[in-house]
Amino acid sequence: MWDAIADLLVYGLIGLEPATRAAQSVHFFVHEVLKIGFLLVVVTHLMGLINALLPVERVREAIASGRLRGAEHLAASSFGAVTPFCSCSSIPLFIGFLQAGIPLGVTFSFLITSPLVNEVALALFLGTFGWKVTVLYAAAGIVLGTILGFVLGRMGLERHVEEWVRKAAARSRETGAGRDLAVAGDPEGGGPPSPAPGGASGEGGTGPDWGPLLRRVSSEATEIAGGIAPYVVAGVAVGAAVHGWVPAGAFDRWLGEGNPLAVPAAVAAAVPMYAGASGVIPVVESLVAKGIPLGTALAFMMAVVGLSLPEALMLKKVMRPRLLATFFGSVAGCIVLVGYGFNLVF
Amino acid sequence: MDVKILGTGCANCRALEEATREALTEADVDATVEKVEEMEEIVGYGVLGLPALVVDGDVALAGRVPPPAELADLLSPTD
Repeated sequence: MWDAIADLLVYGLIGLEPATRAAQSVHFFVHEVLKIGFLLVVVTHLMGLINALLPVERVREAIASGRLRGAEHLAASSFGAVTPFCSCSSIPLFIGFLQAGIPLGVTFSFLITSPLVNEVALALFLGTFGWKVTVLYAAAGIVLGTILGFVLGRMGLERHVEEWVRKAAARSRETGAGRDLAVAGDPEGGGPPSPAPGGASGEGGTGPDWGPLLRRVSSEATEIAGGIAPYVVAGVAVGAAVHGWVPAGAFDRWLGEGNPLAVPAAVAAAVPMYAGASGVIPVVESLVAKGIPLGTALAFMMAVVGLSLPEALMLKKVMRPRLLATFFGSVAGCIVLVGYGFNLVF
Repeated sequence: MDVKILGTGCANCRALEEATREALTEADVDATVEKVEEMEEIVGYGVLGLPALVVDGDVALAGRVPPPAELADLLSPTD
């Protein structure tokens, strides 16, 4: 479908000669922008809806309730995947989880997966690599968060959490403030889904008020999609240039199978690129088309999305250096392993 | 009315502050607006996401930037 529309626009409307390199690059660009734009709108709406029906306050309650017996890490990691991530939210989230009595390791499971698997990355993966790679990526992210959170939780790192955080957590557990605040976090006017039992807004239990809820989700999704649109367009433009002008196999020597250190090198190179994550993915798609192994590309993208410098700077306020280094180091290490793993399989 | 915006300076936090000031001017509500950036103080409100909006000491909204209509609603004087 996108092919036909792009054909019409590029060859018909603009009137470029299909056989030329320029036309092929322009065609690629138009095709990708249309497809990714469409998926971006759909996926941000979908994730926004999930999140509106399952706000993080409720997620915290479910994990803290102790009813998940043994599945806390998996649950926290999966919830992290459907929760939109903003690096500035990582501290309140971190402390809020600890306040509710959730163990550090389970909190880590959430914190690892949340940036790694997010609506923007998923939409871009769907648009560029198709659903198989997308599912693989999401599954790898969730499994990584689950296992790593479990392992980190066994390492007794609690004493490396900053003093004021531990005090804040303990204080609020004593007074039960965490529980009250969970309800306060529910917005009143926005039509929260099915009010909590005995909640302030309990007007019969008829479930969510769909009209305002959908309008809210839509307005937020549009905001997200619009905000990253320039990065996506820029990324696709670079990708289109690579697509048209770079010969296949051009990067083999550095990033191909010839270089055993390609995966860690790609991960290291990815860390400073956080801000443009949405622009990086379309570029990587073109690189894969030119012969870079998928595992290396996947590791690179996981690192771009999941190892964010702004997040590290934020978390420095609540974690002592040793804990911060352990946290980010192990996430980076696991991403490298995932990259090698995919390279072996594909 | 006493309005506080909790946020550390990310794009969404700035967007909420701007939208809040606009909504207050539009509705001609007499309010003091304060931006809280100190993490220890933010955590004291028990929010799980930023930015957050605190109206007269109560957390009205957390973790998102609401559409203008909802924001106007949250900022309308109750009495």
